[in-house]
Amino acid sequence: MEGGEAPLPGGAGEKRERLRVESLTKVYPTGKRALDGVDFTIREPGVVAVIGSSGAGKSTFIRCVNRLVEPTAGRILLDGVDLVGLDRAGLRAARRRIGMIFQEFNLVERLTVMENVLAGRLGHVGLVDTLRRRFAPADVDAAFDLLERVGLEGFHDRRADALSGGQRQRVGIARALIQRPDLLLVDEPTASLDPRTARQIMRLVRELAVERATPAIVNLHDVALAREFADRVVGFSAGRIVFDDAPVALDDSTLDRIYGGENWHAPPEDDPPSTSSGARPTTLDDAGA
Amino acid sequence: MSAAGPPRPPHGRPKAGGQFPSGDRPPGGGGAQAPLRGDDTAAPGRTWRRRAPGETLRAWLALAVGAFVAAWSVSALDIEWAFFRDAHVQAADLLVRMWPPRWSYLPAILRPLVETIHIATLGTAAALVLSLPVAFLAARNTTANRATWLVGRAILVLSRSVNTVIWGLVFVAIFGPGPVAGICAVAARSVGFLAKLVAEAIEEVHVGQVEAIAATGARTPQVWAIAILPQVLPVLVGTAVYRWDINVRESSVLGFVGAGGIGLYLYASINQFAWQQVTVILIATSVIVLASEALSAFVRSRIS
Repeated sequence: MEGGEAPLPGGAGEKRERLRVESLTKVYPTGKRALDGVDFTIREPGVVAVIGSSGAGKSTFIRCVNRLVEPTAGRILLDGVDLVGLDRAGLRAARRRIGMIFQEFNLVERLTVMENVLAGRLGHVGLVDTLRRRFAPADVDAAFDLLERVGLEGFHDRRADALSGGQRQRVGIARALIQRPDLLLVDEPTASLDPRTARQIMRLVRELAVERATPAIVNLHDVALAREFADRVVGFSAGRIVFDDAPVALDDSTLDRIYGGENWHAPPEDDPPSTSSGARPTTLDDAGA
Repeated sequence: MSAAGPPRPPHGRPKAGGQFPSGDRPPGGGGAQAPLRGDDTAAPGRTWRRRAPGETLRAWLALAVGAFVAAWSVSALDIEWAFFRDAHVQAADLLVRMWPPRWSYLPAILRPLVETIHIATLGTAAALVLSLPVAFLAARNTTANRATWLVGRAILVLSRSVNTVIWGLVFVAIFGPGPVAGICAVAARSVGFLAKLVAEAIEEVHVGQVEAIAATGARTPQVWAIAILPQVLPVLVGTAVYRWDINVRESSVLGFVGAGGIGLYLYASINQFAWQQVTVILIATSVIVLASEALSAFVRSRIS
């Protein structure tokens, strides 16, 4: 149980550390100890799924990494720089390198798709240009490319509140990726989506993370999605990492350790086998969430 | 009234439940009534009251207190009741003197009428610009610290607690009589109104959108401009348009204190007992106020 950090499968010992989290602790003002000395290292790109029951600290963990939640103690080293000690300017510079995707998409609803995507470049633009929506031509170009890549070609002038849930999350993905991040934080990306759209979104996140060789930490409440789309699964329980291994190592006893005892062979509650071909992540008929 | 009314007498049907022989349905009432009548056997003597006895007592007490306060106020005001005796005569007399409107006066008041609208419009526009920084100062989630929040709140209170006409007096003393004082008076009163509502809107923005923009590494002013401003813009515009139509009404009396507009002409006509001119001014002002209200309502209905 204590600091259960298992070595990465495949023995990637020599690779540089992209992210290193050391004894990260978060105690909320209510006294709740959400994170209790978490040690965690990412050395190679790929999708790390974080699973655990509600309140296990998944969300706090991911939000501590870019300090949307201030850690109580510990260190967070992104390419060797400790994010915890950074001042405001330093934190902004670090956040520019960290893309984040949210459960509720968190698009600015009254802005267009293009404005939302380009918001990912705000760290590189001044206030006057922000107000005038003047972005570098290369950024606008990249935004069009990304919209095409996430399957929203031609949607750039739609208002975000006119999109379905799946479409909104695609915009959220494009906004995170236009930052050209060194790390992707993805907080329950599919929890507001129907099972089919959820799989499409997870597939898209995985493809893009692999394409761009960007490590992604993805909170998931759905073990099946974690099994299918992650290279590595980290299990949280009561603010500690109790499992850290390849998805194939997830068996009933480890699930018991993460979630507590349960009949893991009960009929599935959601996520039936997808009937779609699954080859095209660009389907646009997402049902609204 | 009869909350505890006795149950209706039974109809003597052999069986409840709507199983009437086909010829036995009540004529004219249609089939829909039949099941209702079938329920007559249900629990007699159930009562229901809107208020518990204690609540009823409290309601009567509240009414008594209200009556006492009203009586007290009237007795304290030293009202000259004799004036009431011939009030209807005076009113009728005034109406006679006001009629017919002297329409020949209309061309003379067109310019001050337009000036009134200009005062309202420019004052509202100035207030719109000034209210944004005040709103960000007075909203708990965007203000820098407690001191700046208090400054913001103080501006709101100062602006709102002083009536537009009083502001007019102040600015006439500063700028001298004329529309500039009126514009400043309208702006001074409207800043607090707009900023208060916008500050409330800022405090209620969707936090997730703000977080998402902050997470991209944007600076705080950028977060405000991209994540907060679009969310409060409908409130800002809607409130400003609404305030504009209030301001059209208020600037029509600003002339009473010399701050420009139609009020000056109204005041002069009243002082000269030119009641037929007063009628023309009142009618013209009503038309403009109604038009501005309609325009304001239309614009607000189109904001999304």
